[in-house]
Amino acid sequence: MNDKPAFRNDGVAKVTGRARYTDDLSLPGMLHAVPVYSELPRAKLVSIDAAEALHLPGVVAVITAQDIPGSIKFGQIIKDYPTLADEDVNSTGDVLALIVAQTRDQAIAAIPLVDINLEPRQPILNPEEAILPGAEILHPFHGSNLANYHRVRRGSVETGEAESDLIIEQEFTTSRIEHAYLEPESALAVPRPDGVMEVFGSMQHPFSTRRFVASTLGVELKDVEVKTVPMGGGFGGKDDTAALVCARAALCAWHLRRPVKITYSREWSLRESYKRHPYKINYRMGLTRDGLIRSVRVRMVADGGAYCSVTPWVTWRSTVQCCGCYEVPHVQADVYGVYTNNIFCGAMRGFGSPQVNFAIEQLVEMAAERLNLDEIEFRRRNMVRQDSTTVTGQVLDTHVVSLQQVMDVVLAEIDYSTKRRNCSMGDPNQSEWYGIGFAISYRGMSLGAEGTDFNSAILSVQPDGSVLLETGVHENGQGSESAMLLLATEQLGLPPERLRYRLPSTSNIPDGGTTVASRGTIMGGGAVVNAARILKDIIIEMVKKNSDHAVVSFANEELLDANGSRIMTWNDAIRLCYSHQIYPYAFSVFQAPQVTWDERTGQGNAYFTWVYGCQAVELKVDPKTGAVTLLNMVAAHDVGKAVNPALVKGQFYGGMAMGAGYGLMEECVCSEGKVVPANLHQYRIPRSTDLPEMTAIIVENPDPNSPSQAKGIGEPTNELMAPAIANAIFRATGKRYCEQPLRIKL
Amino acid sequence: MIKVNGVTHADYDPAQKLSVWLREGLLLTGTKIGCAIGVCGSCTVLVDGVARRSCKVLLKDVEGADILTIEGLAQPDGTLHPIQQAFLDTGAIQCGFCTPGMVMSAYALLAKTPRPTRAEIRQALKGNLCRCTGYQQIVDAVLLAAERMRP
Repeated sequence: MNDKPAFRNDGVAKVTGRARYTDDLSLPGMLHAVPVYSELPRAKLVSIDAAEALHLPGVVAVITAQDIPGSIKFGQIIKDYPTLADEDVNSTGDVLALIVAQTRDQAIAAIPLVDINLEPRQPILNPEEAILPGAEILHPFHGSNLANYHRVRRGSVETGEAESDLIIEQEFTTSRIEHAYLEPESALAVPRPDGVMEVFGSMQHPFSTRRFVASTLGVELKDVEVKTVPMGGGFGGKDDTAALVCARAALCAWHLRRPVKITYSREWSLRESYKRHPYKINYRMGLTRDGLIRSVRVRMVADGGAYCSVTPWVTWRSTVQCCGCYEVPHVQADVYGVYTNNIFCGAMRGFGSPQVNFAIEQLVEMAAERLNLDEIEFRRRNMVRQDSTTVTGQVLDTHVVSLQQVMDVVLAEIDYSTKRRNCSMGDPNQSEWYGIGFAISYRGMSLGAEGTDFNSAILSVQPDGSVLLETGVHENGQGSESAMLLLATEQLGLPPERLRYRLPSTSNIPDGGTTVASRGTIMGGGAVVNAARILKDIIIEMVKKNSDHAVVSFANEELLDANGSRIMTWNDAIRLCYSHQIYPYAFSVFQAPQVTWDERTGQGNAYFTWVYGCQAVELKVDPKTGAVTLLNMVAAHDVGKAVNPALVKGQFYGGMAMGAGYGLMEECVCSEGKVVPANLHQYRIPRSTDLPEMTAIIVENPDPNSPSQAKGIGEPTNELMAPAIANAIFRATGKRYCEQPLRIKL
Repeated sequence: MIKVNGVTHADYDPAQKLSVWLREGLLLTGTKIGCAIGVCGSCTVLVDGVARRSCKVLLKDVEGADILTIEGLAQPDGTLHPIQQAFLDTGAIQCGFCTPGMVMSAYALLAKTPRPTRAEIRQALKGNLCRCTGYQQIVDAVLLAAERMRP
């Protein structure tokens, strides 16, 4: 249980059913739209005949690419994604038309009546074949099936291998997986009388959504206002696809001048939404007899599917973190993001690190075993420490490097050394195999050299002393609004009930980038702290001018002097501000410290700070069936500072659970380009009975790079459990499994 | 006649799904639809005290029944049910989409088993998917509610 109760500003609304998610909204005159998909993964679109569909009762319109007033294609990096496919079909997730009707059922009934004429083309489904010379190019305008290529060149791997006593090589493959947020995509677009297209949606990134909508409608950003409503989970998955759904709803609303809602069924969501990239990773590691890693050659191929989405950024993180959390003097990494006609892949919690960690955290144990070292000692000899240099040449000297601390905490909590002796290693005389395993990681915080990294906050104190807070951070369900509020209350010495988080809108606050990359708390929180400092300075200045008192602190709704004595109440100070025509209002920004990156060498200070984590697991394997039962999971992560401890732990638990699914259960198979699982009965995510009791240990080393001292935690928790399970399975069965999902072969 | 949260309704299409009727007919949108095939549990409501997935129930199958949804759990003055309060206190809520269904399943469990073990709670909630929490704090919440509800 938690030491102090959780704080959630949206908790009562969510627990009483009063929280209004997008599909819960309804407006007078509202129409419903549904998508019509391609049945082929690659084709030429010859014609769409909607005449018959239009005759069905309730059907109002069938909208196709021809009806798009702005750009047909959009994308965050490469503009290759059609809001509605026009000429080329690249995926069975491509939407060819939208049927708009009075009711959703009427629109659905019309789907089979839209006559689609496609000319089939040979799909490209294997990423390795797609990048061979002479392969047919999927997006001719791009000129290559490589969405991107990143590399790291550090030292000389030839030298490193010459200095090595042992070279090991291993191939790993990881699964394509589905985010499986519980709420399928939904969007409601409302053409406002003032000419603004107002959009509510289940999307993670209001500003990105606004760009998609504006591009599709061919209007300026000021003409689109995206508003936040509660969202039923995202995990990185409600960016591109969700924004596209919003753009399509807006397109229909634009033409019909009525509110239009699109709510996805689970089937459509699984079919169209992007997944986590499946990787093929080939490692070659050079080691000395005394257990030091001298060199790493690694080649990674990520199947990005039909559209680019954020593949270049996902694979960039894999590149920066290509050797896991270890010091390696000689590195050669080549990382490819590839176009195929499979379902496209994009952002998912972890973002290029879960794949790498699945591989490297097994590889280091395989290396240790070959060298007759234990896996703890091997990691200790090679892990990054204070002032270490990463494989991209970044010196870790601006924050506490707590990797060994988090590892030691977890191993002590789970009593690793004692229990390791009980591992079965596939003993044929045992009726049940027991195993324990762990994994460690470091993770660059926020976006790093992926993009511009800043966020803003507004604190507006009302004449009665109550406070409205607004930031550029989006509430994805993680409790970001609550964290922002708590940081503000702490700064201003006010109880949470004196503050309210203002309904966020893209027209109110500057674009703070997307709430991804575990950057909400560190970036938004930084802006809140900076804004609170400005606000306090305004108040301090005003009190000094008018009462000659020097305010040094704010606590319990009072302004205090150096002795801790009350100068005046908060409310009186605010009244004084207004009576002297001074607005107690502050806008501030937190800009991430400078990062650097040289794409040619793959060297640079890739991220402005890093987090460290360790997770361990105990499990048993049935030697007769191969069934794996999880018995216990433990995690420790250095979060800098835990703003809302119960919710921080919630991130730990949820990340461990999702990581367990990634390791053991989940695989979103694509057959002939088409996503095979149709609904959640065919795509199993962990249930309450699949998971063991978990322990979350918060480690706090305040980060001087962060104004709030806090770092991010959403993703680090979801990048370790799969390799920890793989390592535990090895110690249970005596066999290594390098393919996901982990299935025991007997 | 179907009673929902104490209010009797007579005007409905017996062939309609309970989940859709609650949301669109009665505007009780606290009941969520996550899969519409009875797998995720987001649409769980109580039908005569039994937790049912409302997306798998037609109105003709619940004629005369007494239905309780998430909206009917708190007291009229807004005081939360102990299960709801425990979900808040333990941090069992993240995105909140599974929360109404989870709370209703927990309600059905505690009505039958006032002193459940953690394993029994897991068993009772296994038909309710959650992607955010890993269920840990949800189990904590149900246990805490059980403690608080003891006479």
